[in-house]
Amino acid sequence: MHLLVTLILQRIGLGVVTLFGISLMIFFAMEILPGDLAQETLGQSATPEAVAALRAELGLDQPAITRFFQWFSGILHGDLGTSLANKRDISELLVSRFKNTLALASYSAVIAVPVAVTLGLLAALYRGSIFDRTVNVLSLSAVSLPEFFIAYLLIFFLSAKFGLFPSISNVSADTSFSEYMHRAFLPALTMALVVTAHMMRMTRAAIINLLASPYIAMARLKGASPMRIILIHALPNALAPIINVVSLNLAYLITGVVLVEIVFVYPGLGQLIVDSVSKRDIPVVQATCLVFATVYITLNLTADVLSIATNPRLMHRK
Amino acid sequence: MSSNFTDNWNRRRLLKAGASISFGAAASGLILPTMAAASTPTTGGRFRYAVVGAAISDSLDPAIYADIAPGIMGWQSRNNLVEIDAENRVVPELAETVVAMDGGKKWVLKLRKGVEFHNGKTFKSEDVIYTLGRHIGEKSTSAVKPFFESVTDMTADDDYTVVITLEAPNADFPYYLADYHLQIVPAGTTDFSDGMGTGAYVMDSFEPGIRCTGTRNPNYWKAGHGNFDEVECLAISDSTARVNALMTGEADAIMFVDTKVVDRLSNMNGMQVIEAESGTHMTLPMNVTAAPYDNNDVRLALKHAINREQLVETILRGHGTVANDHPIASTSPYFNDQLEQRQYDPEKAKFHLKKAGVDTLEVTLSSSDTILGYGNDVAVLVKESAAAADIGVTVQQEPADGYWSNVWQKKPWVQSYYLTRPTPDSIFSLAYRGGAAWNETFWGNDRFDTLLEQGRAEVDETLRKEIYSEMQTIVSNEGGSVIPFFASVLDAASDKVGTGKVSGLSNLDGGRAAERWWFSV
Repeated sequence: MHLLVTLILQRIGLGVVTLFGISLMIFFAMEILPGDLAQETLGQSATPEAVAALRAELGLDQPAITRFFQWFSGILHGDLGTSLANKRDISELLVSRFKNTLALASYSAVIAVPVAVTLGLLAALYRGSIFDRTVNVLSLSAVSLPEFFIAYLLIFFLSAKFGLFPSISNVSADTSFSEYMHRAFLPALTMALVVTAHMMRMTRAAIINLLASPYIAMARLKGASPMRIILIHALPNALAPIINVVSLNLAYLITGVVLVEIVFVYPGLGQLIVDSVSKRDIPVVQATCLVFATVYITLNLTADVLSIATNPRLMHRK
Repeated sequence: MSSNFTDNWNRRRLLKAGASISFGAAASGLILPTMAAASTPTTGGRFRYAVVGAAISDSLDPAIYADIAPGIMGWQSRNNLVEIDAENRVVPELAETVVAMDGGKKWVLKLRKGVEFHNGKTFKSEDVIYTLGRHIGEKSTSAVKPFFESVTDMTADDDYTVVITLEAPNADFPYYLADYHLQIVPAGTTDFSDGMGTGAYVMDSFEPGIRCTGTRNPNYWKAGHGNFDEVECLAISDSTARVNALMTGEADAIMFVDTKVVDRLSNMNGMQVIEAESGTHMTLPMNVTAAPYDNNDVRLALKHAINREQLVETILRGHGTVANDHPIASTSPYFNDQLEQRQYDPEKAKFHLKKAGVDTLEVTLSSSDTILGYGNDVAVLVKESAAAADIGVTVQQEPADGYWSNVWQKKPWVQSYYLTRPTPDSIFSLAYRGGAAWNETFWGNDRFDTLLEQGRAEVDETLRKEIYSEMQTIVSNEGGSVIPFFASVLDAASDKVGTGKVSGLSNLDGGRAAERWWFSV
């Protein structure tokens, strides 16, 4: 247990360093983009004086490094700052959008994870059969199509042709749960289709890998049923890689939604970041990236901890 | 995809700044005509319509609207002093009359009596003074501040009379008052998020970049308007998502339909395309201070070397009209119909080249799809048609992001576009006057600049038309831009939606669809 605590603390420390690095990179990447918020707001007709005045008002006339550390010290005080474009509190902007993105990610995870793991197990169990091949071909096809294309296919069939689900998912805070499930179904399904293949293939591979081990042969010799061998003997040892791939895909569900959100007009973080980049609203982009990065790091950490916790050999390594 | 798109619409907003007014004859000292009543509007229903250009950074403060999209949301619950009707005339809204004195130097506004804001406050001159005052002065961050720089004094004679004095006569002043940045708010408002106004719908909710909803104002003062029980303005910037929303019944009307899909939409059951001729046009500006474009014969050669008819047929799929190398559309009362339409004529182009002393011309045209979505296609067709005149055009496709800062006004021959501008004066002052910030060709003509000053101060309509006609001729024959066509404004709606004659000023009936339209079944 002691080992686990040290590991977690270590990882959190590293995570913070990574976050700092990421925010530096984002900040200076935005600096490289042509134009700033003052120019974007005032447009082509902006006189040099007007641009200078607006820059001074927004503090954009300060050197980049000063602005970065001003922003950074705000973060250390738990203050994400205010949007340059509309002077609104960024944490306020982020919270509702992040909730929406998180809700969509959970929705797709609830669809994708059980389906992927079950299909993976079954594919391993019936390895080489027609079932195995069909599942492989279908899931690989799904992952090979770009997600916006999947989205349009789903809209075409489930929305335009049969009218089962709405084509836009512009949910709001007062959308009821059942209406949410209905409205957000197509984007959730799109995301689920994109991530299922990866998880399914990894589960299958991990199980098949184990099936060649001597202890499985032993189990088979003593007469255990194939289902029992896979669930009781193989699965616990395959959990570590499965958890890893699941967490990786969960992170993708949160950070990779930009296109899907645009296609379905879903008010999440993806739309926010697109809006903010085009307006050169650096504090909002920074804050959003920070959220994305934190999600990635946290999920990776969780995955590592869980894989160690489920593997006694790693727990008692000396 | 998105950055391209947003860039496009950001610029659109800039072009629209102060442009929500239209061509018109009714400018000088006059009693305004009344708005024609829509045929037979019926009331009821929840009208959901999708707009382009709304962003999470939007606010409902009219002075800082960054695009017409939040302006459209604002118009659900607010009015202006005047509006522009489908015939491009200035018609009264909260001001019953706008009268010019001193040859257009002083303007007297008589306000409508008995109008209340949604919170019960009576509309008076103090509200007008407060609203307009926010666009004037050093500290104003208003997008239309330049239009009000000439205001030297603004006083309330009584509760229902406002007198505005200008630095110099300006016959176009009433048009400015119709701009979406000039929606009237109650005096003293500092928090604009409740959308308080005198408009057709009381605002229920506003989620920036997502939606704005409203319920019918039972006390609405304008007859035949505000016909829906409820309205919901949805922000959908992706054009495919917008069409999907309309086709699947998630929206009753959508703003801005791509010419590529418009014919397919109009052939679908239960759909209608709402089209209005407009002054929106593409320009191909050359830098006239640099060779070879400093030679007017080279410019004329290029003007003869493009096939306008073909561009209208292929690019706009017929939803537009050919232009004559000047920015005034035939919908304008000031359009010069005596000026001969320039034709595609490779021989004439060759003639001008010879006159310029060049046998063959090699030029580079910088293009981008940030220009109305089809800049690159236009450039390819220009290359083809110019080849027949022995002009070699190299098409240089430029990235959409940063187009306006790195390409426009920087490279020698580029693409640009303008949405409908209110009056000849506004587009000429903006982009053709010598030394103007948006003069994208760096062209200057003394006669033209003199006429511009004269036209602005001229209250006699016949003389005004003569002045603007001559200016169009000068720009067409000597100007630095090839102007191929005017594109129509295209929206779509379900066929349940009823409209009167639609304004071509901007999409969605000049942005007023929620107030003007109705459900016919």
